[in-house]
Amino acid sequence: MDLSLTEEQKLIVEMVKRFVRDEVAPLEDSLDPDEDTLPPEQFDKLVAKTKEMGLYGLGIPPEYGGPEVDITTNTLIAIEYSQHRAGLYAPCYGAFGGAGLAQMFEATEEQKEKYLYPTLRGEMKTFFGLSEPSGGSDPARAIQTRAVRDGDEWVINGSKLWISGADQADYGLLFARTNPKEGRGGVTCFIVETHWPGFNVRRIVHTLRQARHATEIQMEDLRVPHTNILGVEGGGFAIANDRLTRQRIPYAAACLGPAFKAHEMAIEYSQIRETFGAALSSRQGIQWMLVENEIDLRTARWFVLDAAAKADRGDDFRTEAAICKLVASEAAGRVIDRSMQIHGGLGVAKDLPFERWYREIRIRRIGEGPSEVQKHIIARDILGAGLR
Amino acid sequence: MAVRLDKSWIPLNDENVAKLAAHLGVYQLANDDGEILYIGMAGARSLFGLKGELKTALEEPPAGVTQFRIEVNMSYRTRRLELLQTYMHDHGELPAANTDIDANSIGRLRPG
Repeated sequence: MDLSLTEEQKLIVEMVKRFVRDEVAPLEDSLDPDEDTLPPEQFDKLVAKTKEMGLYGLGIPPEYGGPEVDITTNTLIAIEYSQHRAGLYAPCYGAFGGAGLAQMFEATEEQKEKYLYPTLRGEMKTFFGLSEPSGGSDPARAIQTRAVRDGDEWVINGSKLWISGADQADYGLLFARTNPKEGRGGVTCFIVETHWPGFNVRRIVHTLRQARHATEIQMEDLRVPHTNILGVEGGGFAIANDRLTRQRIPYAAACLGPAFKAHEMAIEYSQIRETFGAALSSRQGIQWMLVENEIDLRTARWFVLDAAAKADRGDDFRTEAAICKLVASEAAGRVIDRSMQIHGGLGVAKDLPFERWYREIRIRRIGEGPSEVQKHIIARDILGAGLR
Repeated sequence: MAVRLDKSWIPLNDENVAKLAAHLGVYQLANDDGEILYIGMAGARSLFGLKGELKTALEEPPAGVTQFRIEVNMSYRTRRLELLQTYMHDHGELPAANTDIDANSIGRLRPG
């Protein structure tokens, strides 16, 4: 397969690289090492630049005002725009905009007017409420949040865990069981507003990352209009599954950004840092770490771009998405770990970005389906759908 | 970990601040009645962490502040946000001395 970039892709990658290096990274010198937002004046300045580049609104279909970029180009951009300290969970501090919830493009026109368009204009924030204390990787079985029809409304009770940004959101997608007798067919997706009575964000769940923090939410007799079902009753599993599959490619690509940067920094440092009278780079132990980094990165990049190319062709990319998510998240963890080791004491200090990347990248082996679930998906593909 | 910080208040004076270590974490400042007047954090850029922040509070205390309490916490940003959101939920406004924060921007929490 030919993975060489087109001339246009090369130009875009170079443009984003310069943007990150010249406009974003310097801001981080004076920010808290775990910062995930910029002061409004700095943020607006960055947004003006991404609009100037024609790349604002990545992930938004062109018919809704997003840029004309395919999935492969989007993936290349994600590898570049995450190459700074906050890049894993807050790439360029959100200056490239985004779709919020891609599932909302399938909403009714009335739902789009009320929720999607204000979101695209940056007026509303969203959350995605799938995972529960009982699990998140197997929504068909794990969802215990219950929705019961009452006239033109549904009454929802239950709880959700690991929900990013629910405390900051205006609305979100909430998955609930509407038919306890059915597995996949018994889950429905509702659009819920966070100010409605019965919607409660109980706490922030403190984890290894502070950017895009997780929350725990509880629904207590939350009443949702029937018209706020997204898609059809019982069609929630397909919506959740679609999101989980689609999300894996950009998720994997963003893992690689900090890893590429960490490797670049490790190469540079190994050439200037001397121990026992010689540069670190002259030591075979260091050379092998750098070689292993290089192999990890090239391998992962290949799998990520292969999955993106398949998605661009309109082929089924479920297995490729699982492979690239698995390979990239694990490879990036190893690369960051080795690069930290090469930097010695400096690597673990908050002065440099490694310690943040090291904490945050660990989450990526679990988020959006842990490595073991990705392997299960791949095994199911190899061995047939009968595998449970 | 409880959402609300419920440790005992400590008088804000030289002796007590001197006992603090340079940990990262969050802190609250209060008046004699234990009413919270400020919720702050000692982040990675705070010189000498909580000790440094409380030393500054001792030198330039917000009006009415006489006591403090701390929580050592590496998740100082999200923990501070959670404490601010909880205070907003309980009182409908931010602590009097948190004038540097926009109340509309911190989000909503309804702790049980």
